[in-house]
Amino acid sequence: MTKKTTAPKAPKGRTSRTTATTSTSGTTRRRTTGDDQRYDAIVVGGGHNGLVNGAYLAKSGLRTLILERRHLVGGAAITEELHPGFWFTTFSYALSLLRPDIIHELELTRHGFMPLLMANTFAPMENGDYLLLSQDRGENLREIARHSKHDADAYDQYEHDVSQVCQLIKPLLDMVPPDLFSDDPAELLALAGLGRHFRRAQPRVVQNAIRLLTGSAADFLDDYFESDIVKGLFASASIIGTKVGPYSQGSGLVLLYHSIGEHDSVFGAWAFHKKGNGGFTQVLARAAQAFGAEIRLESPVASVITKGGRATGVALSDGTEYHADVVVSALDPRRTFLELVEPRDLPTDLVDHIRRFRFQGTSSKVNFALDGIPVFPALADRGVEPFRGFTNIGPSMEYLERAFDDAKYGWYSQHPYIDMAVQSTIDPDMAPPGKHVMSCFIQYTPYKLRERDWDAERQNLGDTVQRTLESFFPGFGNLVLHREVVTPLDIERVVGLSEGNIFAGEFLAPQMFFFRPAPGWSQYRTPIDGYYQCGSGTHPGGCVMGAPGKLAAGQILKDRAIRGR
Amino acid sequence: MIRTTPFHPRTSAANQTGLWSHWSGHLASEKYQVAEKFEYFAIRNSAGMFDSSPLYKYRIHGRDAERFLGGVLARDIRACRPGHAQYTTWCDDRGFVVEDGVILRHAADEFLLTAAEPNFAYFADLIGRHDVAIEEVSDDYATLAFQGPRSRTILEGLAPEVSALPYFALTPATISGIPVTISRTGFTGDLGFEVWVASGDALAVWDAVAEASQGHGVIPFGLQALEMARIEAGLLLLDVDFRSSRFAWTDEDRSTPTELGLGWMLRGIEADDRAFIGRRAIVREMTEKTSRWRMTGVVVDWHDYDRIYTNAGLIPPKDHTPVHEEFFLYDDDLKQVGYATSYAYSPILQRHIALARVRPNLAAPGTRVRLEIDVNHRYEYVAAHTARLPLYNPERKTA
Repeated sequence: MTKKTTAPKAPKGRTSRTTATTSTSGTTRRRTTGDDQRYDAIVVGGGHNGLVNGAYLAKSGLRTLILERRHLVGGAAITEELHPGFWFTTFSYALSLLRPDIIHELELTRHGFMPLLMANTFAPMENGDYLLLSQDRGENLREIARHSKHDADAYDQYEHDVSQVCQLIKPLLDMVPPDLFSDDPAELLALAGLGRHFRRAQPRVVQNAIRLLTGSAADFLDDYFESDIVKGLFASASIIGTKVGPYSQGSGLVLLYHSIGEHDSVFGAWAFHKKGNGGFTQVLARAAQAFGAEIRLESPVASVITKGGRATGVALSDGTEYHADVVVSALDPRRTFLELVEPRDLPTDLVDHIRRFRFQGTSSKVNFALDGIPVFPALADRGVEPFRGFTNIGPSMEYLERAFDDAKYGWYSQHPYIDMAVQSTIDPDMAPPGKHVMSCFIQYTPYKLRERDWDAERQNLGDTVQRTLESFFPGFGNLVLHREVVTPLDIERVVGLSEGNIFAGEFLAPQMFFFRPAPGWSQYRTPIDGYYQCGSGTHPGGCVMGAPGKLAAGQILKDRAIRGR
Repeated sequence: MIRTTPFHPRTSAANQTGLWSHWSGHLASEKYQVAEKFEYFAIRNSAGMFDSSPLYKYRIHGRDAERFLGGVLARDIRACRPGHAQYTTWCDDRGFVVEDGVILRHAADEFLLTAAEPNFAYFADLIGRHDVAIEEVSDDYATLAFQGPRSRTILEGLAPEVSALPYFALTPATISGIPVTISRTGFTGDLGFEVWVASGDALAVWDAVAEASQGHGVIPFGLQALEMARIEAGLLLLDVDFRSSRFAWTDEDRSTPTELGLGWMLRGIEADDRAFIGRRAIVREMTEKTSRWRMTGVVVDWHDYDRIYTNAGLIPPKDHTPVHEEFFLYDDDLKQVGYATSYAYSPILQRHIALARVRPNLAAPGTRVRLEIDVNHRYEYVAAHTARLPLYNPERKTA
C-alpha cells in the first residue's frame, strides 16, 4: 500500500521548481521510535539504485523506507527547472545501460517509462566539415565514406565485433560476481560457470573482449579505422567519467561500457528519457511507491545504528531514528564504509581498500538555456535536425588526448571534450516552443586543481566551454539565456558522490567485478550483519544501470530466506 | 497513373526517404524520416501530422438518412447525435462483417461515412424506397489527422472550438479563414483530431497547422508509425486483421463483430427493435454462443523471448516495424488455439504485442498462450498471454 502523504515545503529562497515527487512523509518527526518508525528495510539514498533496490524489496513484501537527503529523489539523475520554462538535466542526461529486466520486473511502463529515440549522432570538425550519422545504415556508410572509403568498410566489422563482445559480456552485468576468494562450493561452481561461458565463445570474441577490458581504445580503434573524425567519435566514448585518455590502457573498458547499453536490442543505442533522467527517476519512484515503498525526502542519514555487530537502523542528522533489520546504503563506497559506520567496526584490510578506491572525478556539466538552435555553418539549412541526438565535440583522438594532457598536470582542458545534447529537440516538454535546453558533458576537469579550487574556477570553466562551442557554432554566445556550471566539487556537494565521480568510483579493471568495491566484498554484503551496499560503487557500476540496486535486493532476500528457515 | 492527395506538395517535400505506398490509388508516405520510431514518438510525446485523404468518403443525406443507416449499420446510428461521430461496422445477412469505418453526423439528416474500400454501390443498392441520397465525395475533401498529446494545445490556437470538443465529437470551425470540420477522431489511440477540409484549401490548412506547430517537435508521420500506434491502440485494419465478407472465399476468412471484439457495438441488441442487416444471425450467434473466435491482445513474455534468442546465439530482435503476416498461437500442448494478425514491438510497452484471435474459452485476459516465431530457421514457441485491448490506452485519449 502506498502511503499517501504530502511533499515537504521547499526550503525558503529556493528558486527552482523540481519534478514533482508525490510521496514523502507527512508524519511529524519524533525522537521516539514507535511502531511507525520500524521497517523491514531502510534504504539510505534515493538515487536510481536506491529506488530500484527499495522497489524490489517492497515488491517482495518488505515494509521498505527510502530516505533521501535532498528535496527530490534521483540522486545524480534529476531534472530541474533552473530557468523559467527550461528543464535542466543537471547531472546525468541520457539512458542506455538500464537493465531491461528492471523495466519489466518493476513494471516501469505502467508508470510512464518512455525512452525517446535519439535520431542522429553529429560530430562537427574543426575545419567546418562534419560526420552526421542517422538511423539508416546505408546513409551512414556513404557519410563515413566521405571521410574514408576504408572506414566505411570497416564500420560494419567494428559494429559486429563490438556487438559480439557486448553479447559475451552482457550476462556479467546481470549477475552477482562470484567470490574469487571463497572456498564455498557454490562460489566455486559459479566461477566454473563463468569459465564455461567464456570457453563457449569464439576465441576471437574472447580476445577482443580482453583487449577492450584491459587495453586502450586507441589501439582497438586503430585496427579498424584511419579517419580522425571516425576514430574521434568512437574514442570519445572511451573516456567518459574516467581519468584516462584514449591512448591510456583502460580506456577500452570505458568504451565497452558505453557500447554495451541497449534500447530495444540495439547495442550502443542511447535514449533520452521523457523529461530527462529526472523524469526516469520519477518513474522509478512511482513504481517503488506502487509496490508499497515509502519515500521520505529531506531526511539525511547521519549514521547506521549497529548493535552487537548487526545493523538495527539509521539515525538522521536531526536525531530521528528509524529501525529495521536490513539497512542498505545506496551511497558510494567511501560514504558507505567510512562515514555511515565507524571504520573501526570494519576489518582493516577493507578500510584500507576503500581508502585506496579511486574516485578522482574528472567530468563536469555546463548546461544552457538557449534562445534558439545553435548554427553549424555547413548545416545551417537543416535546422534542429543534426541536433536530434548527441553532438560530439571530440574531432580526433589527438584532440581528446591533448584535452587529457591538461588534466594529467592538474588543470582542466583548455579545449575540452564536450558531449552535447539539445534535449528539447527530442522532448518538447524540456523548453518553451522554439527555445532549447542544451546539456554539455565536459571533460577533463579534475576534482583536484593545481593551486586553485573550483569555487574560484567555476565560471572560468563555463567560459572555456562556451569559447569552445563558439568556435564550432559561431554566434552561440548570443543564444545563451542561462548557464549552469557543475564542477566535480558541485557534484560532490549536491549529490554526495565522493570527489564528484559520476560512477561512484572509477571504471578501472582493478575496481570492477570481483573487486568492486573491494576484494571479497563484491556481493553487496558488508562485514556488518544486515548492512548492505547497493550503490554504483558496487558491481556493475554507474551509468544508470540499476543493476546494483536489483542485485543487492536479490542478495538481501536470499539472506532473509536462509535466516527464516 | 497513381494519384496524389491534395497535401502532396507538402508531404512530398517532407518525405526524406522516397518511400511511398499505394493507398487506394494514391501515394502515401511510408515514412518521412529514416527512423519511423522517431515519428512514432512524435505521436506519443508531442504530435504528428498524417495525411489520411485516401480514405473513401460518402455523403449520405436526406429525410430518411438515419432510418436508412439504421438498417444497414450494425451499431445503432440513433445514438450518434448531430455533432458526433461513431466507429461502426456493417454486416452481411449471415452476420459477417463487410467493413468498418467512422461515420460523422453533421446534422440530423446529413452524414459522412468513411471506408477503406469502395462501398458506393453496396450502400446505393440498399436505398430502396428511402428518401436518401448518397454521393461519393472522396476527392472533395482532404483529411489531416493531427494526433498526439500536444495536438489540442496547438490546434486550439487555430480553432478554439477544439478545447472542449469531446471524444468522437465534431465541430465546424475555420482555420486561417478556411471552413473546416474538426473531429476528435483518429487511428492512433492517442489524443487527436482530424481536420476535414475542401481539397482546394488543403495546403493552406496544412501550412497553418504546421506553422502553429513550430517549436513543438511536431513532424509528419507515415504509414509505419501509424501502424505501430494503431496496433498498440487495438484498432483493426481491413485485409490485415479481417477480410470483407463480400470478398472472402471461405467462412474461415469471415468474421462476426463479436469475433472481432466489436460486440460492444451490439450491446442491448436483444432488447431493442432495430432491424439491420445481419441482426438475426448476430442474435443467434449471441444466444447460441457460436462465436468461433475472440479478438484479443497478446503480450509476449519478454524474458522468454530474450531467452530463446540468446540461447540460439542471437541478439533478440526488437524491431518495431509491424509485419503483415500471421503468427500462430498454441497452447502448452502445441495445439493451435488461434492466430495473430498484427504483430509488432511496442516501444512504449517495451514488449512484442499482437492483435490476435483465440478460441473463446481462452479469451480471458492473462490466459497463457504460446506464439510461434522462427528463430535461427526453426520454429520456437515463445510464452505470451492474452490481454485486454487496447494494450496502450492513455487517459488523455478520451479526457
